[in-house]
Amino acid sequence: MSASDFQPVIGLEVHAQLLTRSKIFCSCSTEFGAPPNHHTCPVCLGLPGVLPVLNRRVVEMAVLTGLALGCEIQRRSVWSRKNYFYPDLPKGYQITQYDQPICEQGRLLIDGEGGERAIRIRRVHMEEDAGKSVHDPVRGISLVDLNRAGVPLLEIVSEPDLRSPEEAAEYMRSLRDLLVYLGVNDGNLEEGSLRCDANVSVMPKGSAQLGTRTELKNLNSYRFLQKAIELEIARQVLVLESGGKVEQETRLFDAERGETRSMRSKEEAHDYRYFPEPDLPPLVLDEGLVEAQAKALPELPRAKLERFRTQYGLPAYDAKLLTSERPLADYFEAVAAGYRDYKKLSNWFLGELLRLLKEQPTPIAALKIGPGHFAALLSSVDRGEISAGAGKEVLAEMFRTGAAPQTVIAERGLAQVSDQSAIEALVDEVLAKNPSEAEKYRAGKRQVFGFFVGQVMKAMKGKANPQVVNELLRKKLGG
Amino acid sequence: MRLTLEQVRHVAGLARLKLGPEEEQRYQQQLSAILEAMEKLRELDTESVEPTSHSTLSGFLWREDLSRQSLEVEKALANAPEKVGTAFSVPKIIE
Amino acid sequence: MQLFELSMLELASKLASGEVSSVEATRACLRRVAEVDGKVKAFLHVDEKGALAAAEASDARRKGGKPAGPLDGVPVGLKDIFLTEGLPTTCGSRILEGFVAPYDGTVVRLLKEAGLPIVGKLNQDEFAMGSSTEASGFFPTRNPYDLSRTPGGSSGGSAAAVAAGEVFGALGTDTGGSIRQPAALTNLVGLKPTYGRVSRYGVIAFASSLDQVGPLCRTVADAAALLQVIARHDPLDSTSAQLPSPDYLAGLEGGVAGLTLGLPREYFVEGMDQEVERAVRAAAEELRRLGAKVVDTSLPHTRYALATYYLIAPAEASSNLARYDGIRYGLRAADAKGLRELYALTRERGFGPEVKRRIMLGTYALSAGYYEAYYLKAQKVRTLIRRDFEQAFKQVDAIISPTSPVAAFKLGEKVDDPLAMYLMDVFTLPCNLAGLPGMSLPCGFTASGLPIGLQVLGRPYDEARVLRVGRAFEREHDFAKRRPPL
Repeated sequence: MSASDFQPVIGLEVHAQLLTRSKIFCSCSTEFGAPPNHHTCPVCLGLPGVLPVLNRRVVEMAVLTGLALGCEIQRRSVWSRKNYFYPDLPKGYQITQYDQPICEQGRLLIDGEGGERAIRIRRVHMEEDAGKSVHDPVRGISLVDLNRAGVPLLEIVSEPDLRSPEEAAEYMRSLRDLLVYLGVNDGNLEEGSLRCDANVSVMPKGSAQLGTRTELKNLNSYRFLQKAIELEIARQVLVLESGGKVEQETRLFDAERGETRSMRSKEEAHDYRYFPEPDLPPLVLDEGLVEAQAKALPELPRAKLERFRTQYGLPAYDAKLLTSERPLADYFEAVAAGYRDYKKLSNWFLGELLRLLKEQPTPIAALKIGPGHFAALLSSVDRGEISAGAGKEVLAEMFRTGAAPQTVIAERGLAQVSDQSAIEALVDEVLAKNPSEAEKYRAGKRQVFGFFVGQVMKAMKGKANPQVVNELLRKKLGG
Repeated sequence: MRLTLEQVRHVAGLARLKLGPEEEQRYQQQLSAILEAMEKLRELDTESVEPTSHSTLSGFLWREDLSRQSLEVEKALANAPEKVGTAFSVPKIIE
Repeated sequence: MQLFELSMLELASKLASGEVSSVEATRACLRRVAEVDGKVKAFLHVDEKGALAAAEASDARRKGGKPAGPLDGVPVGLKDIFLTEGLPTTCGSRILEGFVAPYDGTVVRLLKEAGLPIVGKLNQDEFAMGSSTEASGFFPTRNPYDLSRTPGGSSGGSAAAVAAGEVFGALGTDTGGSIRQPAALTNLVGLKPTYGRVSRYGVIAFASSLDQVGPLCRTVADAAALLQVIARHDPLDSTSAQLPSPDYLAGLEGGVAGLTLGLPREYFVEGMDQEVERAVRAAAEELRRLGAKVVDTSLPHTRYALATYYLIAPAEASSNLARYDGIRYGLRAADAKGLRELYALTRERGFGPEVKRRIMLGTYALSAGYYEAYYLKAQKVRTLIRRDFEQAFKQVDAIISPTSPVAAFKLGEKVDDPLAMYLMDVFTLPCNLAGLPGMSLPCGFTASGLPIGLQVLGRPYDEARVLRVGRAFEREHDFAKRRPPL
């Protein structure tokens, strides 16, 4: 058997930090970047005697996400304690949801290899984040910061429906875009506000029997996610081909060495001793909360993409890029309200605007170009008032200052001359000065046409409308 | 004996308790006797009985998503046996 | 009668009339502590300065005509399980030796707001696990009625301090009888309110679904008055009842005429102390004479309560006590090599044998392969025990029984036999499993002069009726006036 005889089977567990103001069970700030332990209180420090009180917003965000994923929203869900010892877990247990999560059985549509695929979502549940430990190998100590302890998380678990590393990365991207769309997560993998573990196994093609899976941790970018799964699939295939057995274990991806390695420790196998959290009664949702979230559900990325294709007649590629971020999509629609050539508008967005945003990273919300101004600029180009090249210059200036396009055009003297009589006078002058070239043209040497255009443009300092120049030259030269 | 010495050691490990050999034996005996007494519950058919994990008869309590001043960091660290800066210090985690 | 012997409400009326000041009352407590606590050993920490400052503030309020409440100025003590800002809080454990609480628990805040000076922190079984105060990490407390005997536990320090006149009242906690049993053994009134009636915020957790805070006092009226201060909804405790509390003193003298009281036949078991049984049956007769209808009732799953309790409580405790790891507070094995050893050595040295035993038991009951057979099974039986009470309360307004199967036993008698010690809770713990209110009050003495307690159990949130039944009995006797021969 060779690698191509095996079918990879992949499921992802994604942890998303929720964009609440305060932590899940206490009023400490969730703000990122404070010095160690500055956002802590008796509750998230796990002092003796403290009790959790649930942040309502966390539940609202969980329900909103569940609805967006087409999940069944459980009207009654249960909090559990997951018991294990770790220095950044102050109570010695994590409050999470175990056998009765808030959302079950949903799906996420992604662009798979054979077209659109529905990846089933097994469950979505709420839990508290742990703190952070920083290791100091020189002094042989670890430093514990509990600012992050108690930050609300959603854990979103897929069924093992993904069939390739590329598909896994695509699922992760789609899920990220969805969460950002919903406004529940900032989508930042690098800072760890979105984290991913992967369950990977392989089975002989055509088999219905799933292979033994391993769990991969530390996949904090799409590239790492894809790479780690590729490596793990290759490793498992190698093990099986050489007659070995894949062991169920947790493996850590090491980006520097480009390998996954076993995290097996000498300690006894994990036994989290889950039991219902006695400090929190079962969570019973009132219909009002669910209905309010259903109303708050925005148009989701794929629906928007579809609409961009049909309503604006855009190619799939354009529609996907434009709808990848909700603010960009909203901005596009605002400009489109005042400018009807949608494909041209899309070209300007994906070309010039994205270039400007790349040069100087700016959130769309902070963009200085008013949608009306954007539309007016493109109309000016269409009417020949300025050249396309000048239009780009104007847009860059608008991006910097937020000025109206007419102001920039006037200040910089970028207006094109389209006045027939002024151009005609110059055309006459150029022809009069170059009678021999005119003869050559008339004799059939068409290449000299460009020479005349150049002469006229030079005389007009480049501001002549090239179309008008062409027309007049052709008329005067005859033929 | 309901419990083997290995089980006693396993449970002590899970609970992060270090037991001496004498203690292991004492707990093996005592816990076995206690568990023996607990066997009484098996007499009852609870197949169709719902478990009770909460005593609360009251409604669910919410907190609004408002962030407020946390504990002053000095107070948060006041009882810490060892700290570096404003972080708690422990022997290195990865061994 | 000396000042320190008054009930809380007697003292309150003297404070109101200006006959006594809070500073005088507080000094009387402090003197009494100095005089007898060497023998009784109820206190882990005396806060003389704080108590006197609170007393002075109380006297100033009174002088200004604005007392903070009916008990303003009445000195009390706290079981060391309550977090008290700026004071040591050990929960009777070496693992919290030196820990100074950085915040006040809710009931502590309520006591302070109501103007009650806090004389100090009282001894207890470590993490409230025990029935004799011998499991304290520091020293056992002694029964003021017989210093060779236990005051009960786990709130033994609270009971002994009130009985010995060191404070006028105290707060304890009750997970399986830890208020009622020591009250019974020291001739006091001890009330465990309905689960959720009093906030658990700032109370060190033993078994979260069972723990409840309550008063230990010399009279039923005192218990009602102290309950009034602490019984209210707390937005910091998700299990706190979102219900208003009635006026507990208003109906106190209503008597038992017209009430139906149940005597559960399962609570009169083979092997219980004959003197205890006689006293309790006599109390039932007394209540019948006072106009109550006393009927036989049945709580058929009673004999499963002990096993149920000793699976659920240790399971929750094993999780609640995981936070004592030597990292953020408390004892730390500084000589540990590596993290793993830091945990193991810290917890080995910090926890006493009973706590370790229960952590082991609870960890086992929750562990893979045993969860269904032990923990889940116990939670199901708990449902059956609750249903017993629901059935019984369809016929009766309150249930009466002995509080403890025996009077105060000798120190050392049961320390090496955990199961015998667990049996001390056999009549008190079903009430915790069902989340009901329960009270113990004095109902007599053995021939050798040891107090005997009568237990009254009520429907959920029906503390008022439990108190009323207790008061009806109390006013026919002078038990509450008796003082230990110290």
